Amino acid sequence: MENVGVCDEFVNLKATELRLGLPGTEDGGEEERQKVSCCKSNKRAFPETEKDIESTGKTETASPPKAQIVGWPPVRSYRKNNIQTKKNESEGQGMYVKVSMDGAPYLRKIDLTVYKQYPELMKSLENMFKFSVGKYCEREGYKDSEFVPTYEDKDGDWMLVGDVPWEMFVSSCKRLRIMKGSEAKGLGCGV
Amino acid sequence: MSEDDEDQSPATDLRSQPPCSPNKSRNCISSSQTFPDHVLENVLENVLQFLDSRCDRNAASLVCKLWWKVEGLTRSEVFIGNCYALSPARLTQRFKRVRSLLLKGKPRFADFNLMPADWGANFAPWVSTMAKAYPWLEKVDLKRMFVTDDDLALLAESFPGFKELILVCCEGFGTSGIAVVANKCRKLKVLDLIESDVTDDEVDWVSCFPEDVTCLESLAFDCVEAPINFKALEGLVGRSPLLRKLRLNRFVSLEEVHRLLLLGAPQLTSLGTGSFSRGDQSQQEPPDYAAAFRACKSVVCLSGFRELMPEYLPAILPVCANLTSLNFSYANISPDMFKPIIHNCHKLQIFWALDSICDEGLQAVAATCKELRELRIFPFDPREDTEGPVSELGLQAISEGCRKLESLLYFCQHMTNAALIAMSHNCPELTVFRLCIMGRLRPDHVTGKAMDEGFGAIVKNCKKLTRLAVSGLLTDQAFRYMGEYGKLIRTLSVAFAGDSDMALRHVLEGCPRLQKLEIRDSPFGDVALRSGMHRYYNMRFVWMSACRLTMGCCKDVARAMPNLVVEVIGSDDDDVNRDYVETLYMYRSLDGPRKDAPQFVTIL
Repeated sequence: MENVGVCDEFVNLKATELRLGLPGTEDGGEEERQKVSCCKSNKRAFPETEKDIESTGKTETASPPKAQIVGWPPVRSYRKNNIQTKKNESEGQGMYVKVSMDGAPYLRKIDLTVYKQYPELMKSLENMFKFSVGKYCEREGYKDSEFVPTYEDKDGDWMLVGDVPWEMFVSSCKRLRIMKGSEAKGLGCGV
Repeated sequence: MSEDDEDQSPATDLRSQPPCSPNKSRNCISSSQTFPDHVLENVLENVLQFLDSRCDRNAASLVCKLWWKVEGLTRSEVFIGNCYALSPARLTQRFKRVRSLLLKGKPRFADFNLMPADWGANFAPWVSTMAKAYPWLEKVDLKRMFVTDDDLALLAESFPGFKELILVCCEGFGTSGIAVVANKCRKLKVLDLIESDVTDDEVDWVSCFPEDVTCLESLAFDCVEAPINFKALEGLVGRSPLLRKLRLNRFVSLEEVHRLLLLGAPQLTSLGTGSFSRGDQSQQEPPDYAAAFRACKSVVCLSGFRELMPEYLPAILPVCANLTSLNFSYANISPDMFKPIIHNCHKLQIFWALDSICDEGLQAVAATCKELRELRIFPFDPREDTEGPVSELGLQAISEGCRKLESLLYFCQHMTNAALIAMSHNCPELTVFRLCIMGRLRPDHVTGKAMDEGFGAIVKNCKKLTRLAVSGLLTDQAFRYMGEYGKLIRTLSVAFAGDSDMALRHVLEGCPRLQKLEIRDSPFGDVALRSGMHRYYNMRFVWMSACRLTMGCCKDVARAMPNLVVEVIGSDDDDVNRDYVETLYMYRSLDGPRKDAPQFVTIL
């Protein structure tokens, strides 16, 4: 059959994945590799599982944990995201924060856990809201940028995105706001 | 509650002229010999206006040209199952006095991220055409459509008598669009937002309702993920004497529900309870919630419980005996919490819950709810490898206790053929059977065999079955059964099933009523697709993703069937010459291929 050809095409399953970013925003390559590897054995049961069925008559004894397939099980994302107590757990369930931009009439929500570091997040935001932010430097923040990404932390303070280590940012960020550069002058690192 | 409601009648879709299918013969009675046309027309109009059912109307319109014309003048409710089956212009040409439109857009598998966003199903062309043609429009009911705030604004401005807006599984709009509808539609009776994605534009839409007494009968906003102005809501409920159905979102606390119930409880028939947890006043003594629910003498439908605090659940006990519909599907309720509640629900007909109630909870349902017609069990943890709290035990219990069951949706990790066979015998009234064994390709976990015999028994013994969704390990044999016995099946959903093209052939050749076919990740290829050519014009749509179709074959089908729109959906960087078809979505259309297809859709 056309097994190899078919499996190659599954690489593009990622492109059909519905996310809140615009097409072209990247998440970690790891996730993609995970999906590819599970899709390669998509057509028939994993070789391990088949052996299990033959030998023991049972199903999932020694089969490896399967990576998540797109759209399976068929539960609508609204339902997945809103089941009670799911929202309270942040490990593995995503950390959704609102993102607003000064002057834009709409709000977005993004899942911070899909990003591994600041550059990915910034690129995603730039794509989402069609702006560019320039380089971050410790001393002067986002110097000369028209728009500056800021966030509200657990204490209610507005901080510059990039001031604290990534993990600390993810765990303390409550919402994001992309401010006009002129308004963000008061925010600096550590001040 | 209307997730994936089943169509009531097996009607044919809108057609501009009587179809040319060989089974139907056109009977053109020339009527001008006995009576002048206009007299007959008037008579017919007066008679045909009593026809309500879509099916009957479609049949009547086939009698002859005159009947076709008059039926077109008198049809006030139009149902369009696929928004791309025809253009808005055709709608307004054929039907002149439409007051109510039900329109469906995206295919269901779009709900599961199997299609990129921005595929289409835009409401805009429909609303702009209808704005000119039907100023008397009263009702719009949309499912899986892309609706913008501008569309809603145009709707609110164009239809002064507008009464009912129902948006199910829609997206593209926000609270600002809702605000315009609330403000401008002065005759609004129904505003139901159900499982839709509503952007939080930080607009206080509740305050936008007019300040005098409203006509509101139903207000459902449980899917709106934005805080609301509670004071304004209180005022609104206070001046809506006709309000019968109120479904609150999770930003309404128990205290607030309590206050609302004290205002308007006796009239309410349907209540969505919001978060069902305490707000900021957790320090104070809680009010008597049970008293508020005692006042709900008419409530028969209860939902909500979005952030349930289980210690307050017993407050709903006073209404349990009257309940015909209960939706716990957003609440993680354990069997111990659940059983004391369900023991009182003797009249329950519709029940939705999470699998957290376990087999034990299902046994309690089976023991009490003898009138149960519809059961939906959703997974608390929707992944493949978790321990499933519900299994064949729960299903067996339900089949033994709830003999009147008509509709089932059941997510589980393990199932046996025996349980399905038992259900097929115990529940002869089943019309909808959707079983999702979440582990792909899982066989019967007791015998190790495929799930063929179980599903085979369902199609064989449930003679009224019109909708089927299969899962687990299935060979071609299961499909042989479907083709042999599934004579009334209209909707079929298949995932990770079957061995060869023969499986799909069995279905395409054996199920004459098949209208909606959705298949993913199954080894069906060109031979199977070709075998169904005689069927596709009589179907609403066919979806096949991650199967084994080639571009060449799809092109052949498109060429052979000019009234079929054959969409190949891929990703942006697809090579047009690539042979493998990732997703095929095809449907009949009276007006040819759509003009709004995005880049990743290729129409053959």
